[in-house]
Amino acid sequence: MRAVGFSRSPLLSQRLPPWRQRLVLALLLGGFALLVGRSLYLQGINNEFLGDKGRARYERVIEISATRGRIVDRHGDVLAISTPVKSVWAIPEDVKLTPAQSRDLAQLLEMDIRDLNRKLASEHDFVFVKRQIPPDLASRVAALKYDGIHLQNEYRRYYPAGEVMAHMLGFTGTEDKGQEGIELAFNEQLSGHLGSRRVIKDRRGNIVEDVESIQAPQEGKDIVLALDSKVQYLAYASLKKSITDNKAKAGGLVVIDARNGEILALANLPTYNPNNRTRLAGAQLRNRALTDTFEPGSTMKPFTAALALDKGKVRFDTPIQTSPGKLTIGTATISDAHVHGLLTVAQVIQKSSNIGAAKIALSMTPAEMWDMFDRAGFGSPLKLGFPGEVGGRLRPAKHWKPIEQATMAYGHGISVTLMQLARAYQVFARDGDIVPLSLTKLDNPPPGAQPIFSAQTAREVRAMLEMAVQPGGTAPKAQIPGYRVAGKTGTAHKIEGGAYANKYVSSFVGFAPASDPRLIVAVMIDEPSAGKHYGGDVAAPVFAEVMSGALRTLGIATDAPLKPLQINDAETIREGM
Amino acid sequence: MARFNLVLLLVAVFCGLSAVNSNHRARKLFIELEAEQKRMRDLDVEWGQLQLEQSTWASHARIEKIARDKLGMKPPMPGQIISMDHGLAAPAPAGGKH
Repeated sequence: MRAVGFSRSPLLSQRLPPWRQRLVLALLLGGFALLVGRSLYLQGINNEFLGDKGRARYERVIEISATRGRIVDRHGDVLAISTPVKSVWAIPEDVKLTPAQSRDLAQLLEMDIRDLNRKLASEHDFVFVKRQIPPDLASRVAALKYDGIHLQNEYRRYYPAGEVMAHMLGFTGTEDKGQEGIELAFNEQLSGHLGSRRVIKDRRGNIVEDVESIQAPQEGKDIVLALDSKVQYLAYASLKKSITDNKAKAGGLVVIDARNGEILALANLPTYNPNNRTRLAGAQLRNRALTDTFEPGSTMKPFTAALALDKGKVRFDTPIQTSPGKLTIGTATISDAHVHGLLTVAQVIQKSSNIGAAKIALSMTPAEMWDMFDRAGFGSPLKLGFPGEVGGRLRPAKHWKPIEQATMAYGHGISVTLMQLARAYQVFARDGDIVPLSLTKLDNPPPGAQPIFSAQTAREVRAMLEMAVQPGGTAPKAQIPGYRVAGKTGTAHKIEGGAYANKYVSSFVGFAPASDPRLIVAVMIDEPSAGKHYGGDVAAPVFAEVMSGALRTLGIATDAPLKPLQINDAETIREGM
Repeated sequence: MARFNLVLLLVAVFCGLSAVNSNHRARKLFIELEAEQKRMRDLDVEWGQLQLEQSTWASHARIEKIARDKLGMKPPMPGQIISMDHGLAAPAPAGGKH
């Protein structure tokens, strides 16, 4: 076959159907039109998409951090503060460490090499190697520049006072959220809110322009507590000494300002160090003053007497016969520690006679007594905001049998928390009313005083309580030089397995100066087992130490001559239990 | 006419360039501002750390231990305390404790 030139090829003489040309042309034009239309659409009508893509080259949204607020005491001393720390994290698949490097890293971080290797061999995309390391250690880790090992900013909470204020302050968990105590109760105010803003960053990563603030950050607010560190430390130290000396299991102490209900101190033992919570036993965490109930014993007697005085059933000098030292009600018998004979109502409180209290109680109806206990705050939780707060137990009046009404007069058959007891004693420290308790420092006078007894009754009972602290009463060891003190001891058997055991709760609640009460101190010692167990021997001395120190610290004027006291043990009256 | 257009063109170019210049300078100042704000935050953090340090050094337990052990101090006995009569003092400051 001979070669043919292009222009003389026989193929050219064939005529193609004309529609094929037009179809191809139409398809090509259609394709163009689509492109133009799409282009018009992207650049004209809906140019957001391309605009966003363009801006994404240089705009960034960055987070603005907010630090958690501090907790300070009433004088401004810092009790809890967050400081920035770093956490070491790793992407296991990016990590390429030689055994020598792994060993170095583990040594630097003070970790077990096997732990480190296990974490770095994990299946997850993200694993924490070590959390919350100090900044100087972090910069050494960063200087190593190992692949796949990164640092992240976090905050760590420090508590300078350590175990002294552990229960009051509580602590935060890993996400900087409060878990116990004030940290939990005021978590909303303490946590800040993260903010974010959109900015333009240059090639080097500097922020060159603010585009918009997406959300303003909110720094955590500082909380000013009503707590006084000096009084708190004194309370803690005295309580600790007493528990050690008396070989007790636990104890609690509360100091309240009688004028405005501020809580100046709250100490519990056993306690823990919130800065190092690696090994915590449950008993250490208990905020006993708020979460543990106990039968208060004789500290309830003043309430019974006050109610009877208020209702006009007795006067302060009405004689009550307590001989022969035993009283049978129904099938049960109440007894006193000694036979006191004929006592006035004032002396029933001074010498803490169970029979006297029972007889006074039986002159009233169960409903009257229940109503008084209820209004004084017993049986309902205080709702301060602390987790685990309980209300104690006050059974409804219609279930009370006469023997139960009688025992309730001297604090058995009812259970309360130490804080409830301290709060209720405001009726005697003030003139018959109670103001709400406050955890935070109050700048204005407290709202809403709730009257429980008449002022006259309150003053009469206050005088009786002052007698109880003098020789001839149950608590001469509660006296302090220079101040007139008033208060009541309590010694109660503990219930175990439904029956009263040979274990005791010794308590004392009192206030000073008696001429114009400023502070209320309530102490509770659980299971003193070094021989002494009466409230007057175990709890009253703690009260004296804390109250005298607190009055002096706060600069409260003396109202009695300043001379050393002589306390004769033989004169102390043992109370009925 | 052509020269007028040329002048306008030059003015336009000059405006454009000065806009770029202002923007550049504004951004440099902004970088300085950001650096100062970062310094402010760092100082805040340092203040917090110093407060923490102060609270630790001034903790009551430590002060008491030093007072008793190193300085041999004791709390005063009742006989050693002299109480000043408040009535003799100068007019008490209004409000607050004293």
